[in-house]
Amino acid sequence: MKGVIYTETVVFAPPEQFAADAPYQLVIVALEDGKRLTARVLGERVTIGDAVELAESRNGIPFFHKT
Amino acid sequence: MRAVAVIGIGKTAFGAFADRDLRSLAVEAGLACLADAHVSPSKVEAFYLGNFAGPSFVGQNHLAPYIAGAMGVEHVPCTRFEAACASSGSAFFHAVSSVAAGMYDLVLVGGVEKMTSQTTPKVTEILAGAGDMSGEGCAGATFPALFAMIARRHMYQYGTTREQLAAVAVKNHANGAKNPQAHMRKIITMEQALNGKPIADPLTVYDCSLVSDGAAAVLICPLERASEFTSKPVVVKGLAQTSDHVALDEKDDITTFRAVKEAAQKAYKMAGVTASDIQFAELHDCFTIAEIVATEDLGFVEKGGGGPYVLAGKTCLHGERPINTSGGLKSKGHPVGATGVAQICDVVLQIRGEAGERQVARNHLGLAQNLGGSGATAVVTILGAA
Repeated sequence: MKGVIYTETVVFAPPEQFAADAPYQLVIVALEDGKRLTARVLGERVTIGDAVELAESRNGIPFFHKT
Repeated sequence: MRAVAVIGIGKTAFGAFADRDLRSLAVEAGLACLADAHVSPSKVEAFYLGNFAGPSFVGQNHLAPYIAGAMGVEHVPCTRFEAACASSGSAFFHAVSSVAAGMYDLVLVGGVEKMTSQTTPKVTEILAGAGDMSGEGCAGATFPALFAMIARRHMYQYGTTREQLAAVAVKNHANGAKNPQAHMRKIITMEQALNGKPIADPLTVYDCSLVSDGAAAVLICPLERASEFTSKPVVVKGLAQTSDHVALDEKDDITTFRAVKEAAQKAYKMAGVTASDIQFAELHDCFTIAEIVATEDLGFVEKGGGGPYVLAGKTCLHGERPINTSGGLKSKGHPVGATGVAQICDVVLQIRGEAGERQVARNHLGLAQNLGGSGATAVVTILGAA
């Protein structure tokens, strides 16, 4: 699954269940099929317009990384 | 449809009140409102309550009759409305609709939230429930994160700057410092606002509204009966509620709130006015970016013009169109279920000419904009002198 970063943030104040993950980058990916998906980022921080692809899914959360 | 007037307003102070429970706050606001209109609780024909998450925050359900009974409002329809941060805006919309339709004459509309008895991570988790918990929520989206992503995109598309976001916070704190009922009566500098603790990049703690306890209430009746209760009735000139997708990633363009634009157009049409006629407004600044976007969606400025508009001082207390003279959600506080009705109270206060140090000179036509979630519910109300 490939796409382009539509928008992004880094979360420093997480909800209770994700306390151990913070800070983490959260993004909306514009997928090739025209849909958008809220996801996390693995590795290098991304910015709007970066090309990304799905790296893995963990506990139902999609993680993308830069291509 | 009958014309409807606001004939009474009442609010608690907003803040963190360890010794106050949800019901006592709602009762205080309701009774203050009834006293303002010189109306006995036994005369109220229906009670509409806005509350977002009482069951999660304090473990109490069935809130409307629970509160009404303690006020002496008994044996009438009492109903709770939930629409995230637009809960009491929505309650107001439905209450006005029923009075306009001739169902009732005297209706009390309240809003309340008791948030500070929970830890910040728990509050963050409860608030996240106003988004889509099966998608964005399960990926770790908080509300600051959703609005941070809106801000990032707005910066990308329109060149909006950190300084423009911070200008919203600086202005609203300057106003809130003059509001005796505000949660954080503190002036902040641009430098402070730019260097706050990061919450969700690019938003810092100074871009985020407050976690507050508080309640607000208004009493409405048909305009034709308003003079029985007050010499200063305030008329509901225009009012609309609309909705949109709950999940941010399902919206075509996240730099605009489609529901706000649509509600505004409907409300302007009903009032027979245009955006340029609005003299002052209370806008839903849950985050600084939200006020900037709202000024655009309401048509006060063109798309992308919201940042320069606030930075140029056009919306400050003595600017061309004062916005959030109450201090807004940023400084007055944001007990989410109380916010919509509290905004109505603040607009009414200005129209009556009773805003004290915060009084604006051009006070005949004001607007309140209440937003639920990341734009899934919008309520726009236009209020004017009789």
